[in-house]
Amino acid sequence: MSPTTAAWLALAFPLAGAIVNGLGFKVFKNKTSGVIGTAALVGAFVFAVIAFLSLQGRGEEGRQVVSNLYDYAVVGTIDAKLSILVDPLSVLMMLVVSGVSMLIHVYSFAYMSGDRGYTRFFAYLNFFVFSMLLLVLAANFLILIVGWAFVGAASYLLISFWYRRTTATSAGIKAFVINHVGDVGLTLGTFFILKSSHTLDFLGTFAQAKEIGAHHHGDLTAGLILLLVGAFAKSAQIPFHTWLPDAMEGPTPVSALIHAATMVTAGVYLIARMHPLFEQSVAAADVGTIVGCVTLLVAATIGMVVTDLKRVIAYSTMSQIGYMIMAVSSGAYVAGLFHLMTHAFFKALLFMSAGSVISAMGGEQNLDKMRGFKKAMPFTYGCFVIGGLALAGVPPFSGFFSKDDILLVQAEIGGWHWILYVVGYITALMTAFYTWRMIFRAFHGEPNEQAQTLIDTGHVWHAHEPTNPASGEVEDTDVGFPGPEHHIAEQAFGMKLAMGTLAVLATVGGVVGIPHVTTWLEKFLDPTFAGSTINYTSSDAKLTFGLILGAALGLLGIFIAYTFYAKANGEAAQRIQARLPFLHKLFVNKWYFDELIDVVVVRPFAWFGRFGQQTFERIFVNGTLVGGTSGLVRAGSAAVRALQSGFLRAYAALLVVGAGAVILYFLIQSS
Amino acid sequence: MAAVFFFIAGIGAIAGAIGVATVKNPFYAVLALVCHLLSLAALFLLLRAEFIAAAQVVVYAGAVMVLYVFVVAYVGSDTEPVRPAGGPGLRAASIVFAALLAVELFIAVLGSGLKGIDAKGAPYNPGFGTPGAIGELLLTRFLFPFEAASFLLLMAAVGAVVLARRRGGLSDPAHPDEEYVQPIAQSLPEGQFGTIAEGVGDTNPTASLQPAAITARAEADPDDEKGW
Amino acid sequence: MNIGWYLTVSALVFSIGAAGVLTRRSPLVILLCLELMLNAANLALIAFSRMWGNGDGQIFAIIVMVVAACEVCIGLGLVVAMFRRRLPIDVDEMRELHG
Repeated sequence: MSPTTAAWLALAFPLAGAIVNGLGFKVFKNKTSGVIGTAALVGAFVFAVIAFLSLQGRGEEGRQVVSNLYDYAVVGTIDAKLSILVDPLSVLMMLVVSGVSMLIHVYSFAYMSGDRGYTRFFAYLNFFVFSMLLLVLAANFLILIVGWAFVGAASYLLISFWYRRTTATSAGIKAFVINHVGDVGLTLGTFFILKSSHTLDFLGTFAQAKEIGAHHHGDLTAGLILLLVGAFAKSAQIPFHTWLPDAMEGPTPVSALIHAATMVTAGVYLIARMHPLFEQSVAAADVGTIVGCVTLLVAATIGMVVTDLKRVIAYSTMSQIGYMIMAVSSGAYVAGLFHLMTHAFFKALLFMSAGSVISAMGGEQNLDKMRGFKKAMPFTYGCFVIGGLALAGVPPFSGFFSKDDILLVQAEIGGWHWILYVVGYITALMTAFYTWRMIFRAFHGEPNEQAQTLIDTGHVWHAHEPTNPASGEVEDTDVGFPGPEHHIAEQAFGMKLAMGTLAVLATVGGVVGIPHVTTWLEKFLDPTFAGSTINYTSSDAKLTFGLILGAALGLLGIFIAYTFYAKANGEAAQRIQARLPFLHKLFVNKWYFDELIDVVVVRPFAWFGRFGQQTFERIFVNGTLVGGTSGLVRAGSAAVRALQSGFLRAYAALLVVGAGAVILYFLIQSS
Repeated sequence: MAAVFFFIAGIGAIAGAIGVATVKNPFYAVLALVCHLLSLAALFLLLRAEFIAAAQVVVYAGAVMVLYVFVVAYVGSDTEPVRPAGGPGLRAASIVFAALLAVELFIAVLGSGLKGIDAKGAPYNPGFGTPGAIGELLLTRFLFPFEAASFLLLMAAVGAVVLARRRGGLSDPAHPDEEYVQPIAQSLPEGQFGTIAEGVGDTNPTASLQPAAITARAEADPDDEKGW
Repeated sequence: MNIGWYLTVSALVFSIGAAGVLTRRSPLVILLCLELMLNAANLALIAFSRMWGNGDGQIFAIIVMVVAACEVCIGLGLVVAMFRRRLPIDVDEMRELHG
């Protein structure tokens, strides 16, 4: 089977699953729809593997295959075709997306059961996977934009999944609006590039990359910066990141899939895919690098102080994606994609485990209220530990190798990239700290009420009445709200299976890219990045130094967290907070980005809308145009109506006047 | 000589006309019109239209004006209120329009525009304007207008009778001359609408119709989940 | 006499009749003024008939007289009907057909 056929089938399965579940929501209830959704994803993963094997079966030169299904509109310079590109980069993304999605479907099969919107959930999830696969398989800008938009829509649908919660719907709208700003950037960037390249096709554009860079440098830079706007919005980089923490309103599998492993990595994929163009424009690449670096630092600082369990993990996602963006912008493509893959594993694992803990807490997400779950939920604790070690970058877990790879390349580039190197390692320390702060606070210490219930009775603790954890409003468990059941990993086989698989992958996943030892990933991705003008060979000295430094910082961070939280129950942390109130306030308020966007963007737009309605629409359109026209007609008709007074003599007078006019006419005519 | 007669008759006609238009009492206006008609008959005679002059006196002044007199006597000749309802503006405007009309007609008649007016007229043929000549014309060339005019007279007679007759029904004994005008709604008994069916005797044909039986709503399926 | 004189008289009488129609309030008098106008037209017709020397104008004038008589009939019938219904005999009061 050719790689493209396998890829088309991998696209078709989730789409079919979405349609079947979506249209048959009355027929397929509960478990059936879960089976359909998961089976669709298993099919997608199988065909992704087939595509991978079939691609590797080709020779070295034949590893970039385009398949065109339908010529939508080929006019002039616009060649809009429904075509996919199967090459190592897209196959890697396909494998990661379909593999992690498959495991998340298995997880959701158990986690979401009992929810009244179960079928809808699987329909949306399948639709999301279809869109993401479309995005990564796109062979031209048009399909990329289509997939991009679909993914944004799926994210909105899934964040607002519990649609009767106002917090969830507001978060969904926020995500969608910011994503749409990114969509605009993406489309405008496409226009700029299209202007110079005269083709929408990727391979065609990349073939002309050097000429475009030479003759149309300004257009290219502008287009790439606009593409970066799109990438930043999708990947939650500063300043388009404010939607990601709020997106935690969605169910936990959604956070695991979309906001950890797949959708937020679309920006990384975009920059990696456009690498020939980015290499021609240093300015754009530098913008990407700097923004990635700033994001990873800011996100880590915020992650150290937030108290919502899922939001800690969300900020860590933002930070790690900052690493990836920094990597692919500065030319470390393999390193960035390696980190993308390992991050998908351990971040999804962390989210899944967080879901388990939140279930045990009866829906409560506040870290302040969690304590001592170690004894009650050992499996979840184990998964959290593995994920935490991978995230902190402790060898031999996967996160260690990938993160150090990125920072090593920064050291190799030299120049001002040394600042990025230093910042990267400082942030690695912070990463380890806040990850293990979360783990120690939730699992160590005396079991709290919920944990004690679990230990004593073996049943999950349930709140007296279901409430919205963010706002405290009382809800019910009907459609549009979370279901009444809470599933934890220890008691649900689906969850255990998925988390176990990811734990294994998070542990051994680094083996594909151990520097200087195994170069499987590098060799695999070679055909895509062969034409890259940036080549680094890392010296062994820098490598060893980096590895040791990374491991040391990871362990140091864990140790500091241990000292603060496991041993001293957080008092030291509170003393530091009292000493640096300004800093703490800055971090807790997320560096005031929400307020900034409110003042700079939201208020002017709201003012403009009010102005438009009150002044322009009310006075000009309604008053002058509409009112004026109707007033004119009314006045005219009133004038005409006055003629029909009913007075006989007035009519007679008009008659006489008319007769006089006729006679006058004839008089004039005859003279 | 003819000029003298012309001026006398002309002044009589104009005086009568002004009298009709200005006199307040309708009775006197009728009399002014009679004077005008007689002057006009004199003018017709001057124009050698003997039969028309006689017809004018006999028919117009004799019959039509007598009819007028009868009606004025019946209706009563209240003088009109001084202020017209349309306002003094309408009165002034009316006079202006009429004056304009007069000016235009004078220009038309006296101006050099109408070249067709011969000064003296055609030479006089004996038999012009005699009843014989008129009769001959009426029965040969103008037969159709003659018959149509008689038809018109018939219609007018019928119309006048229809307009002025009493409607059927009781008249109020206090006002015996008043037409009894019934509003429709008061004449029908309760519950009837004046339909043909009621006239036949079937008073309320729609009252027996029952509203269609409401079919029982199907029981909601307990397994049907409201949402998805 | 010059035909023009007769036409002048006719025009004058016509205008006076028009002024009367526009100015008076009683329908009776309005009808009388209408008669004036018709008679003025008759005069003009007879004058032209004399000018051409044939009797067509006179026939026309007879028919006009017939029409005037019919119109007076109907008009006076209307006035009588108004009087019978105790409506005011005043054209300014009869304003039901206003827009």
